[in-house]
Amino acid sequence: MSIFTTYHVAVRGISAAVPQQQVSNRDYEWISPSEREMLIKTTGIELRRVAAPDVATSDMGLAAAEALLVAADWDKESIDVLIWVSQSPDYHLPATAIILQNRLQLPKSCMAFDLNLGCSGYVYGLSVMTSLLQSGQLKRGILIVGDKSTSGLSYRDKSTYPLFGDCCTATLLEFSPDAPPIYFNMQSDGSGKDAIIIPDGGIRNPLSDITFVEAEYAEGIVRHRKNLWLDGMAVFNFALREVVPNANALMSYIGTTINDYDYFVFHQANKLMNESIRKKLKLPVEKVPYTLADYGNTSSASIPLTIVARLREAVQTQSVRMVCAAFGVGLSWGSVALQTDAIVCPPIVEI
Amino acid sequence: MNIKTFIDQLAVELEIDKPESLSPDTSFREMDDWSSMHALILIAFVDAEYNVTLTGDDLRRATTVQDLYDIVSAKIAV
Repeated sequence: MSIFTTYHVAVRGISAAVPQQQVSNRDYEWISPSEREMLIKTTGIELRRVAAPDVATSDMGLAAAEALLVAADWDKESIDVLIWVSQSPDYHLPATAIILQNRLQLPKSCMAFDLNLGCSGYVYGLSVMTSLLQSGQLKRGILIVGDKSTSGLSYRDKSTYPLFGDCCTATLLEFSPDAPPIYFNMQSDGSGKDAIIIPDGGIRNPLSDITFVEAEYAEGIVRHRKNLWLDGMAVFNFALREVVPNANALMSYIGTTINDYDYFVFHQANKLMNESIRKKLKLPVEKVPYTLADYGNTSSASIPLTIVARLREAVQTQSVRMVCAAFGVGLSWGSVALQTDAIVCPPIVEI
Repeated sequence: MNIKTFIDQLAVELEIDKPESLSPDTSFREMDDWSSMHALILIAFVDAEYNVTLTGDDLRRATTVQDLYDIVSAKIAV
């Protein structure tokens, strides 16, 4: 069981960076106009941000981190740990966190490493970062989380192409004896590994002659083996089955109910799925912010992006109690209950 | 649960223009504009209304509305 509490760590700031280029699913000509309407209505995804070919995830991460460090007025020399959470790293090796240590001009005394997780990544990143900081031996950490998901998509795959947008985010965390506890409930199920996968290019299936051969897998789904493959129904059923019990177990562990929280920020998967989860948890609409319409599914960046885009006013001025729940590729899922108190939250950075 | 209710609910959830055109014999995939989105709506509806999980395999096994109803009924009975 991986339900636990971390102590004495405060969230100090959250920022997000997206590419300027906006793409509309209304222009997605691979499917018919009526199917486009149906897609937009069901997924809630109309606009998505798409990074140019020469822009890496870490370029967005760098922009988000720089903006946040300036807004928070943090001395870079004071940062002890950098964690990068992504499935679109700069290279197979070295780790992107280390490249960012240098690009951000953080000191060589800073520890830096990658976590390879997708949609669940923000909650996992928070759990690792707060665990490292809670003893007070390391004081300050920066968590950089996001993906350039559009780089692995086939335009001629209607089951993936219209869903994803690019974004990378930064979160500042600090050891603070007075900070309220942060609670986690983390889970994994590798039996669902094929539900969301890029089959080729790793050690299991190295790039080969067949990697880039395109095949029609189903009507409207043409893809090769270095594209993202998504079994929509399997993922949908996974989320319907697991997210609500996970969040309920977290609240029962803490001894709270939905009434004790101002907001529930979910990974932005698609509207039908997220609304099903919202209704099962009996949450009022005003407690559940969305960014699907403007940014699509932004993988691990979706929770911090939604906080910046929709809750910026509240988190900057007040104390806010929230549950964040994330779920996806792995399969991997988890939830976190935390309280922010007048954090730094600069406007979304466009690069 | 009976098939009449099931069909009425299905017509609402899937926003069928002419609900009277939906019968137990309807091949649901052959309805106008049927897409994978409708499959997800179907899964969400059956989950919310009957607390039953419809898998991709279940949907592939089903051809008609009656097939769907039978699969859901069998799962409720378990």
